[in-house]
Amino acid sequence: MKEISLHILDIVQNSIHAGSSSIEINIRESKIDDCLSFVVSDNGSGMDKTEIEKILDPFYTSKNKKTGMGIPLLKQHAEMAGGKIEISSEKGQGTTILALFEYNNIDRQPLGDIKSTITGLIRTNPEIDFIFTLQIENNRFELDTQEIKKVLEGIKINTPEVIRFLDNKIDEFQNKNRIE
Amino acid sequence: MGKVKTLDDLRKLRDELKNQTSLRDKSEHSESLVQVKVAMATCCIASGSRETMNYLADELDKRNIEAVVTQTGCMGYCYAEPTVEITLPGKEPIVFGYVDEKKADEIIEKYIKGGELVEGIIPMNYQNIDIDKK
Repeated sequence: MKEISLHILDIVQNSIHAGSSSIEINIRESKIDDCLSFVVSDNGSGMDKTEIEKILDPFYTSKNKKTGMGIPLLKQHAEMAGGKIEISSEKGQGTTILALFEYNNIDRQPLGDIKSTITGLIRTNPEIDFIFTLQIENNRFELDTQEIKKVLEGIKINTPEVIRFLDNKIDEFQNKNRIE
Repeated sequence: MGKVKTLDDLRKLRDELKNQTSLRDKSEHSESLVQVKVAMATCCIASGSRETMNYLADELDKRNIEAVVTQTGCMGYCYAEPTVEITLPGKEPIVFGYVDEKKADEIIEKYIKGGELVEGIIPMNYQNIDIDKK
């Protein structure tokens, strides 16, 4: 993975695969605190302790294939950048994955194109409720698709015009709060 | 403050969209539309499937092609990612491999618009994968 936003996209795919109807993605970037972190929480099928231990093994997967590289790759990249990952999960309740990176670490990957990651997820999974927050230093952006759907009064959230609107809003926030 | 303004902008957009007569609910007659499934597992994402999916969704809309773009898991062709499965109305699905933006453009212009097969098709296929899973 070349970008942290691709890891986020990959982790969210696991949430979708686990049957989640609601997924929360929180990202925080702070050069001052030397921290870039993200948390993905879902209300999917969850895992027991044995499964949590297994998902760190690149040759374990719950899906119908031979490998499960997503979480081990994220762990490796986080640790390379002085960080770590934490997984908490309960069977039948959902899963939360936290990833921490040192912001100023030379080996940290860029956050990358988070805008198209989020709008791409909304576009192809309109039935799932996404809550997305992006905090850059002390400034916060929040996007709640449940709230957006209410305002849209029956117009599909994945209508191209709505996706472009959301894209522009994330873009505006990032441009205004870019860390130099 | 910023959030209220954003919701006001969204309400304005909603009202504009409500006035557009062309607005349609694609999900209700999806079998008559072009179905595009982009594989979106770890191998696919690492190979660029996010860009492929967004390009296809944007371009199909710009070119006024009635299509539904969705995502799916790993189709088992990790060596040929990004992979995309296209089903034209009334036809069997076809899986294309190594679909970057250039290839996606070719697929739209030649296969989706004209029904002409293009290079990059992953030979059958699809039904076999489902059988293997059982």
